[in-house]
Amino acid sequence: MAPGSLRVPLPGARRTGTAAARARRRRRLRTLAFLSPWLAGFGLFFAYPLAATVYFSFTRYNLFTLEYAGLDNYTYLLHDRDAWTAMRNTLWLVAVLVPLRVLFGLGVAQLLTKIKRGGSVLRSILYLPYLIPPVSATVAFVFLVNPGTGPFHTVFERLGFALPDFFNDAAWAKPGLAALGLWAVGDVMIIMLAALLNVPASLYEAAAIDGAGAWARFRHITLPTVSPVLAFSAVTGVIETLQYFTQPMVAGKVASGRADLPGTQYAPGYPGGSTLTFPQWLYDQGFRQFNMGYACVLALVMFATAMVFTLFLLRRFKAFAGQEAQ
Amino acid sequence: MTSGTRARRALLWVAVHATAVAIAVMFLAPLAFMLLTAVMTDRQALGGDLWPHGWHFGNFADVLSGDMVRWTVNSLVYAGLSTLFMLVSSVPVAYALARFRFRGRNLAFVVVISAMMLPPQVTMVPLYIVWARLGLTGSLWPLIIPQLFGDAFSIFLLRQFLVTIPREYADAARVDGCGELRTMLRVVLPMAKPALAAVALFQFFYCWNDYFRPLVYADPDHWTLAIGVATFRAAHHVEWNLTMAATLLTILPVLVVFFLAQRVFIQGVTLTGVKG
Repeated sequence: MAPGSLRVPLPGARRTGTAAARARRRRRLRTLAFLSPWLAGFGLFFAYPLAATVYFSFTRYNLFTLEYAGLDNYTYLLHDRDAWTAMRNTLWLVAVLVPLRVLFGLGVAQLLTKIKRGGSVLRSILYLPYLIPPVSATVAFVFLVNPGTGPFHTVFERLGFALPDFFNDAAWAKPGLAALGLWAVGDVMIIMLAALLNVPASLYEAAAIDGAGAWARFRHITLPTVSPVLAFSAVTGVIETLQYFTQPMVAGKVASGRADLPGTQYAPGYPGGSTLTFPQWLYDQGFRQFNMGYACVLALVMFATAMVFTLFLLRRFKAFAGQEAQ
Repeated sequence: MTSGTRARRALLWVAVHATAVAIAVMFLAPLAFMLLTAVMTDRQALGGDLWPHGWHFGNFADVLSGDMVRWTVNSLVYAGLSTLFMLVSSVPVAYALARFRFRGRNLAFVVVISAMMLPPQVTMVPLYIVWARLGLTGSLWPLIIPQLFGDAFSIFLLRQFLVTIPREYADAARVDGCGELRTMLRVVLPMAKPALAAVALFQFFYCWNDYFRPLVYADPDHWTLAIGVATFRAAHHVEWNLTMAATLLTILPVLVVFFLAQRVFIQGVTLTGVKG
């Protein structure tokens, strides 16, 4: 594209009808050129695989032989106990992890606004664990709370508390993952902090003059101002948690002492299916057991669930999707 | 001011700061214990001791040999090329969404957000089949090539930043005879440096941290650090000291970049959640 070849006529400049039409066509081509990576990407990595997922969901396919299976994969879902276990675990994590992270994030952000000196150091400390690679954080956590060898376990023992055997106990593995999620609260915290700092100080001053207490100020000034951000965090948190894969997979592998060394492929869920999340079951069906048709049914369930929450987000974004570029 | 409110304020000050210190200690404790364990002998790491007898920094050198170096190179290739490709493909798309008026623009933006929220597991099976037909499974190319076609999250974040740059700058360049591509490269992008740095860093760390996609595609020769570290414990049985040393080595680059570019990160995160 030669420099200047896409020059746009100045508004108000006189031009003939054909020149205007040519300029319009040129603008349309220019827009297409700029958008072309995404248009191709949308087709190749969004539209095509989604359509293919629907197609494969009606087949039995193991990468080598493909046969039509009608609704078999769908009826199998109703009888697949592991799929329901996975769904329950994922729902547990959504119901516990998301509200905990949002509330804790709001709490520490509120705390940060109260600290004058050393606030930026504390902010860095609280944000940092979020950046740690999830695999590394999970390996570390499993070790830290390991009975016998784990330093956390030792510390609590000396203080007179017995920590549960988090990642080897089916009742405690998910709470262990929730603790890990709270350690990585940094993303939520930063968003909350920005929202809290957006609240005009004059509002608080006016309320204080009117005699409003701390709770009343929080309830009537802070909460209404940050509630859109709270909703945003909650919805994106739900969508992220629906994809929760790495931490439970790695926790199970490390705690059980098994890994993907040749011949020792790990079946997810250790201990006792308690960490089996929905995307792990999809992965296991598709890429360990090669039931690819059935994996596609699981993928469609995931897609439908994620889309419901995306619609919430889109409603929020509609306001500015329609907004004109300045 | 009465002495009562002053006492209450002092008490509040103490409560706030005590909570802050307690939370800071809890957040740093895992890292501290990892470091202390990493410099122990393997026997001591198994004994539940909290403080090392002697600091065996040689443990870091021990884990850095062989596999670990190869995993690091693979991670760097994956993250580096992905970031480069993402920038080349996503910047023009974000620019068009922010600047051009065209029919279907809102729809295009809605599609970008939907793609951003699409769980990667949903499209995994058909994409794997395509890459297998192309003979590229086992390598890292199935993770890198898609970045040439725009990354939804980066497009979204860049677009949010680009709409805040006043139109007058670009218009002035156009009056001076700049084409749209040149206007973007010479006038608008230099003003968007913070956003470009943010998306580049996010993309780099997303790939550096990625576990799911290398697990599906990469064979042991192409394992990244994330995959390698997850298997480290099984390969090294009870050598928790070495496992912690390896884990810390994967964290180190992230910490270094974070301290060098803290502002970029925090502005970037804020841009995703608060603007608009």
